[in-house]
Amino acid sequence: MRRAANLRRPTHVRRPADDPSLPEPGRLTAIDVLQLATLGLRSRPLRAVLSTLGIAIGMATLVLVVAIPRSSNAALLARLAALGSNLVEAEAEPQPNLPVSFPADAAAMAARIPSVTASAQLGNTSAVVRRSSLINPQQTVGLNVLASSPNLLAVVSGSMYRGRFLQPSTEGFPVAVLGYQAAGSLGIVHASTPSQPERVVIGTRLFTVIGITAPMPVTSDLDWAVFLGWDAARSDLHWGGRASIVYVRAPDRRLSAVSNLLGPTLYPQDPGFVNVSQPSDALAAKRAAQATSSGLLIGLAAVSLLVGGVGIANTMFVAVLERRPEIGLRRALGATRRQIRLQFLGEAVTLSALGGIAGTTIGLLGAAAYALWEHWPVVLPLPVVAASVGGAVCVGAVAGLNPAIRAARLPPTEALAST
Amino acid sequence: MTGNDAVAAQVPAALEVRDVTKSYPGGVVALDDVSLRIARGDAVAIVGASGSGKSTLLHIMGTLDAPTRGQVLLNGRSTGELADRRLAALRSHHLGFVFQHFHLSERLNATDNVASGLLYNGVPRHRRRAMAQAALERVGLAARATNFPHQLSGGERQRVAIARAVAHGPLVILADEPTGALDSRTGSSVLELLLELNESGTTLVIITHDGGVAGRLPARVEIADGRILGAEGLRT
Ligand SMILES: Nc1ncnc2c1ncn2[C@@H]1O[C@H](COP(=O)(O)OP(=O)(O)OP(=O)(O)O)[C@@H](O)[C@H]1O
Ligand SMILES: [Mg+2]
Repeated sequence: MRRAANLRRPTHVRRPADDPSLPEPGRLTAIDVLQLATLGLRSRPLRAVLSTLGIAIGMATLVLVVAIPRSSNAALLARLAALGSNLVEAEAEPQPNLPVSFPADAAAMAARIPSVTASAQLGNTSAVVRRSSLINPQQTVGLNVLASSPNLLAVVSGSMYRGRFLQPSTEGFPVAVLGYQAAGSLGIVHASTPSQPERVVIGTRLFTVIGITAPMPVTSDLDWAVFLGWDAARSDLHWGGRASIVYVRAPDRRLSAVSNLLGPTLYPQDPGFVNVSQPSDALAAKRAAQATSSGLLIGLAAVSLLVGGVGIANTMFVAVLERRPEIGLRRALGATRRQIRLQFLGEAVTLSALGGIAGTTIGLLGAAAYALWEHWPVVLPLPVVAASVGGAVCVGAVAGLNPAIRAARLPPTEALAST
Repeated sequence: MTGNDAVAAQVPAALEVRDVTKSYPGGVVALDDVSLRIARGDAVAIVGASGSGKSTLLHIMGTLDAPTRGQVLLNGRSTGELADRRLAALRSHHLGFVFQHFHLSERLNATDNVASGLLYNGVPRHRRRAMAQAALERVGLAARATNFPHQLSGGERQRVAIARAVAHGPLVILADEPTGALDSRTGSSVLELLLELNESGTTLVIITHDGGVAGRLPARVEIADGRILGAEGLRT
């Protein structure tokens, strides 16, 4: 009965590694990998959900933080576009020894620049405005008393809150229009009515308040101004009558050409002393700066992502430990190390991608709800969505790499033994 | 050389181990200079006491483990120099494993469990189901194709595992205590099934410590302390 022990026989020495007749490992299709990757998730759905929570929260935060300011910016831009972003402001910059100012017919001069569709001017009277003559002129709030063209509101897209604006017919009368904030700081909430006149003291003269402007949509510094007729300012305040600010409108594509001509037109002596700007730009830049000041929240999102990644790595380590018999079986069925690695890496990536998609969806819904609540346009930051899901996938890949490598390195016999 | 030997040299053995020693770190010698030749179509029981090295031998024959010394030939090819992926491919084409505890996936029904045995040897997706169903038919479980493991008896589960092992038409079935978790009647019918598969041409290696099981196979190899004590019924 001891035959079997002695069966040596000579054979040719072959190098089977080079033998083309040896079978190649089968290739898994993408669907195979996906099915393998979701097998573990389907068997423990609650654990899958819990382990993706961190990623989901991180992604939701990230999307909220990005999408909400975008909505608010979009709202602002829409408003600016509706009001026309094609407003140009030219302001004389007085120099220490040189009182730079524009001629009294500056707006008319600007209107002769080709393509200018509308223009208006303001002149700083440097007068002091008070609620009554009982108030010490030294203790007044810093409101600008400006002589204004009657068409100012049409040019800067302003509107009235109360009463009427200055008219060509009232140029010479002692009437005033208050900016929204100016009215507030003077304590005036109504325009004059015949039964209840409202008056302010400008310089030493009484002016009747005929209107209060609504907050200016673009030129918000005008909210702190008091507007007078050009002739009234000259006669009642003994003011020289030269303009200091000119607003013009021009079609968008001609804007830069018009801007370049404003300085030489209004102050040919030295155009460099004319500060030309687009008020809407400043506004948009200010809002953009506010929008990016959410670094803290972005940091928070990054931390949640990190925690999420750790959660997934942890889940995967446990899964690999628990599923050693399965790994052993698959190796016995002919899975290569690479295929085992692919399965577990795929599982980690699927987990994090699901978390990322869930979080992104929640974030988008939240941002949309907030935007609707604020009456802002709903913005879907698709590149951000793509990037965040991509980021989640990367987190999953990094988190799953080590567990997957461990699973692949597990010797089949050891894996099978741990039943 | 006898005439028989000359024929045997031409038709390679399904499985052959030559002078195989397996020692584990710590000095345990699980197999000590074992040589064994299993011809195509053989049905061999490897018997021995617990700890005698049966599973170790099966793992080495199945290329799941490498011997410390010696050679393993599968279908006449030496496997010692092969890269892991080549060994995996060989397993997926030529071997079918059956384990004591079935190793079925609870989340997959019988058909999908069997089809997962075809995942790694290049059978295209659309053919796997049909092949799995055919394999289930061979083991007499066509009517249980959509049952999940928890809806099957122990014997039926082992039949599913056997269907998985034979779905791709392997050269050799390597079974480690296939009846170990079953009562004697169920175990007997599972053994019957394995013998039927052997009859239709598949080489069969069954590890068992049950003399009754071993007695029903045409060939037996007895192993103790990592050495082959004797063999009977093997074709040379
Ligand atoms: N990974 C290992 N490390 C160290 N020793 C091992 C390892 N695997 C098996 N052994 C030892 O090798 C010997 C043979 O083990 P093997 O599993 O082959 O026995 P067996 O005949 O299958 O026993 P059983 O019938 O109980 O399954 C035993 O003494 C065992 O302790
Ligand atoms: Mg054993």
